[in-house]
Amino acid sequence: MTVADSVSVEAVVEKETASSRAHKTLTSPWASIAAIAIAVLWTIPTIGLFITSFRPEQDVKTTGWWTVLQNPGLGGLTWANYDAVLHGADTDLAVYFVNTIVITIPSVLMPISLAVIAAYAFSWMSFPGRDFLFVAVFALQIVPIQVTMIPLLKLYVQPPFNLQPLAGADAPGGGFYTIWLSHTIFALPLAIYLLHNFMSQIPGELIESARVDGAGHVQIFTRIMLPLMTPAIAAFAIFQFLWVWNDLLVALVFGGGSLDVSPLTVRLAELSGTKGQDWHLLSAGAFVSLVVPLIVFLSLQRFFVRGLLAGSVKG
Amino acid sequence: MRTRNTRRVAAVAAAVLGAGLALASCADDNKGGGSASGTWPGADKSECKDLEQLADFGDLSGREVSVYTSIVAPEDQSQKDSYKLFTTCTGAKVNYEGSKEFEAQLPVRVQAGNPPDIAYVPQPGLLKTLVATGKVVEAPSAVADNVDKWFGEDWKGYGTVDDKFYAAPLGANVKSFVWYSPKMFADNGWEVPSTWDDMLALSDTIAGTGIKPWCAGIESGEATGWPATDWLEDVLLRTSGPDVYDDWVNHDIPFNDPQVAEALDDVGNILKNDKYVNGGIGDVKSIATTAFQDAGLPILDGKCALHRQAGFYAANWPEGTKVAEDGDVFAFYLPTMSDEFGKPVLGGGEFVTAFSDNAEVQAFQTYLSTDVWANEKAKATPGGGWVSANTGLDVTNLVSPIDQLSAQIFQDPDAVFRFDGSDQMPGEVGANSFWKEMTAWITGESTQDALDNIEKSWPSS
Amino acid sequence: MSSTEKFVQMFICIALFFGVVAIILLLTSKLRSRSGERVQFLAFVLPALALIAIGLLYPAIVTIYRSFQDNTGTDFVGIDNYHTVFTDSEQLRVLRNTAAWVLLVPTVSTFIGLVYAVLVDRARLEKFAKGLIFLPMAISLVGASLIWKFVYDYKDKSVDQIGLANQILKSLGFDTYQFLLTEPWNTLFLIVIMIWVQAGFAMTILSASIKAIPDDIIEAARLDGVSGLKMFRYITIPSIRPSLIVVITTISITTLKAFDIVRTATGGNFDTSVLAYEFYVQSFRSNNAGLGAALAVIIFILVLPIVVYNVRQMRRLEAR
Repeated sequence: MTVADSVSVEAVVEKETASSRAHKTLTSPWASIAAIAIAVLWTIPTIGLFITSFRPEQDVKTTGWWTVLQNPGLGGLTWANYDAVLHGADTDLAVYFVNTIVITIPSVLMPISLAVIAAYAFSWMSFPGRDFLFVAVFALQIVPIQVTMIPLLKLYVQPPFNLQPLAGADAPGGGFYTIWLSHTIFALPLAIYLLHNFMSQIPGELIESARVDGAGHVQIFTRIMLPLMTPAIAAFAIFQFLWVWNDLLVALVFGGGSLDVSPLTVRLAELSGTKGQDWHLLSAGAFVSLVVPLIVFLSLQRFFVRGLLAGSVKG
Repeated sequence: MRTRNTRRVAAVAAAVLGAGLALASCADDNKGGGSASGTWPGADKSECKDLEQLADFGDLSGREVSVYTSIVAPEDQSQKDSYKLFTTCTGAKVNYEGSKEFEAQLPVRVQAGNPPDIAYVPQPGLLKTLVATGKVVEAPSAVADNVDKWFGEDWKGYGTVDDKFYAAPLGANVKSFVWYSPKMFADNGWEVPSTWDDMLALSDTIAGTGIKPWCAGIESGEATGWPATDWLEDVLLRTSGPDVYDDWVNHDIPFNDPQVAEALDDVGNILKNDKYVNGGIGDVKSIATTAFQDAGLPILDGKCALHRQAGFYAANWPEGTKVAEDGDVFAFYLPTMSDEFGKPVLGGGEFVTAFSDNAEVQAFQTYLSTDVWANEKAKATPGGGWVSANTGLDVTNLVSPIDQLSAQIFQDPDAVFRFDGSDQMPGEVGANSFWKEMTAWITGESTQDALDNIEKSWPSS
Repeated sequence: MSSTEKFVQMFICIALFFGVVAIILLLTSKLRSRSGERVQFLAFVLPALALIAIGLLYPAIVTIYRSFQDNTGTDFVGIDNYHTVFTDSEQLRVLRNTAAWVLLVPTVSTFIGLVYAVLVDRARLEKFAKGLIFLPMAISLVGASLIWKFVYDYKDKSVDQIGLANQILKSLGFDTYQFLLTEPWNTLFLIVIMIWVQAGFAMTILSASIKAIPDDIIEAARLDGVSGLKMFRYITIPSIRPSLIVVITTISITTLKAFDIVRTATGGNFDTSVLAYEFYVQSFRSNNAGLGAALAVIIFILVLPIVVYNVRQMRRLEAR
């Protein structure tokens, strides 16, 4: 495979026409149509939900949401559902929002910080049994959370060696530590797996040339690896953020449910009522909750930069 | 180089230590404790004069009681409001937590050593399971006395396990109701039936007018099938009586006993009858996929006439629906088949279960078992939808006619109350196979197969 | 606790963790030798490994132990619980359903995610287009199940429909259909929900991967006259092969564990139950902790083929 390192004028011209040819193929009408078809198909259920969130309860239970399209004009629509979601609780929604943010940010940063150094070690350091350890780590992704609930909770309530209990009335940090730690634990196998995948795709020559220049692992890690890993870290961060933001079970089990720590999902889960399945409220609640992850997704997209590696290898 | 590095390490280590110290200092203060002393805060307050029982617990100011329940918004608000009097009279605060994952999470918390102070347990079967863990505390004598005074014997029995009384009843609901539209009945000249045969005759009459008389729905996520279990329990109480019902629930007779099969077939005469169901929705099978909350709604459009469901269904009617004897919808008592067994009433409720014997916890249990609380709660529920079997409950405090009807039924001396069967059976049956087999039965499985399968699943211990 | 106190706690926690990582990096930065590398390796992986060992490995071992006990946790019953799982005819149907899920969800979601990622790569409005496919992931499995439950809603043909799917059928003149009731296709309709959600995951990872393909390789291929579908087959796919494996593996594991869809949409009725749901029911509703543990262990075992597949792929890549 030739690397276009030193170029001649003709080669440059060749490149440009080839590039524009390829660009034409990519933006061919078939490709656009296919992409649009998939996008529309995927979005229809969500659009249905969105429209439903603006419809009054009685309408939601008796007619389909598409009837709104047939009777254009915003007559039947209402803000009532959003009102109920945002102001219906006796506690201000802001408290739940704060809790969710306080839970989510460390739960994203902690696993990333631990996983990124572990992934580096698994990719670029030698150690007897390294591969076996790595396989064990990512295989443990299979353990469902339910299996860990009681053993972990027992450890939090009564840790061995007389350590400070993390749960219950004496919990430090108001009980958040159990949630942070638990989220971190559950995220680590996938984080290490994903980051390792991206890390091992970085060309060995980069590392070698740095070694030759006298750099040790730490320097390689901080100066070369981390910058190159931004898309991968961003990708994982999106999912971890999303997963923690939408999480209900971990917060319920390990947080003990007091208002001090309850995230937004707890409030939204209650929306359907003790015996109900109040669709109109659930749909509004789903959208209230959706806004932030969507913003995070769109803003982290800029880390999905192309060509980080282009031209970085000298032939 | 070396010194720079060492300084760096020292700086980071100091930061880490500092953080560790900061978080250690944030541990909350101890909130529980043994018995208290001091003057009772309610001593000089007129609103506390009926709660003198609580004086024995002394001054509980600064103490907190944690309560865990499955009652979530919007019903939780009236609960919290009804506890204010307790706080005024004793000084102790109540921390209320409601969760829809209650049934799954409570055993986890208990087993992990982190139980709440009090939990409102809606199933006697679950209560039995919890007592078996050894973590449940017996109810104090004040509570037992209150229950003897204000509740029927049956209610106390449901809170008792192995002759020890643990949990007093809290709220209750009547399940033996049939919802209908008084307007529709008046327009068509139909009468509320007072016997089972009358009800069937009425169904035939309605079917004759071209609409299917009954609408039903048993879909409920993972609990799909539970309304059908209520049907079977209600009918069994009427065909064979409360004693056979008790035997069946306690597995003194097998689940597939012929009497039970007969009752299930009686249910099938309605629920699996093409001419009777599923009004305004579809065919027999649609019962299995129609959400129970939506199942009665066709009554409002005149597409269905009768819907058998508990009193709490009142919350499912759209806003503005008048739930009253002369309103848009109301309910009549599910008629009996004979006079042999009195007036059987199937119902549900919650039981106040304690995991701690701290003074403030016992005080709260006592408070909840008084007639004062029952009335406080009724007054705190302006929207209606709550009832208790506490005979000290003043029916006039209840706002909604359906609640008043429920309370009257509870307080009727001829009423024979029985708690929901599936809530008393072991989890393997009452929260699993009973639901599943009823759902399969609706979609075509035979009565015998369904009952046999459930009998097979009954745990052998 | 006030909001400020909570945020302070949050910053303390983050500082603690980053501090620990910084200490590890600083302390090991001078090591160079062979044995030094081993020490570095341990220093780098130990925090993560310790947490995983306590939080995942230990409970897994407890579960395996538990699966050999009876339901109250007092007596040993050997392999009785496993015997129940494999002889009960209902459980066999559960295994069959699980197989359908694990075979279809990873393959179809990865395929759709990949195709879409390639199609919108470099297009205008790329971020928006990707956001649309990503949206279902932002909704949570329970939310997604409720949305589709609504889509599949059934009412008799003569009545007004609330569900989109049946409305379409009705408009085309067909009879309305019980999507969630009719076996065995109802499992497929549930699988659609999972695919709807997971395609976004596949798309995001594969998109990042596609962007990481060095431009030089693409240019060189174009110079050789490769474009369009050929480019896709001979350049794109091989270059992102490791990510494809990661995506398929991760989605497979997620599918094995997921039970929210079955729980919310059908409650496991109508023959739709899967292993993970049975595990949940036995452990948390039926109080059959031993049987539940056995089901969990079977789920653990089912990950082994995926692990083996991964190891093989890893070896193959390293050999190149």
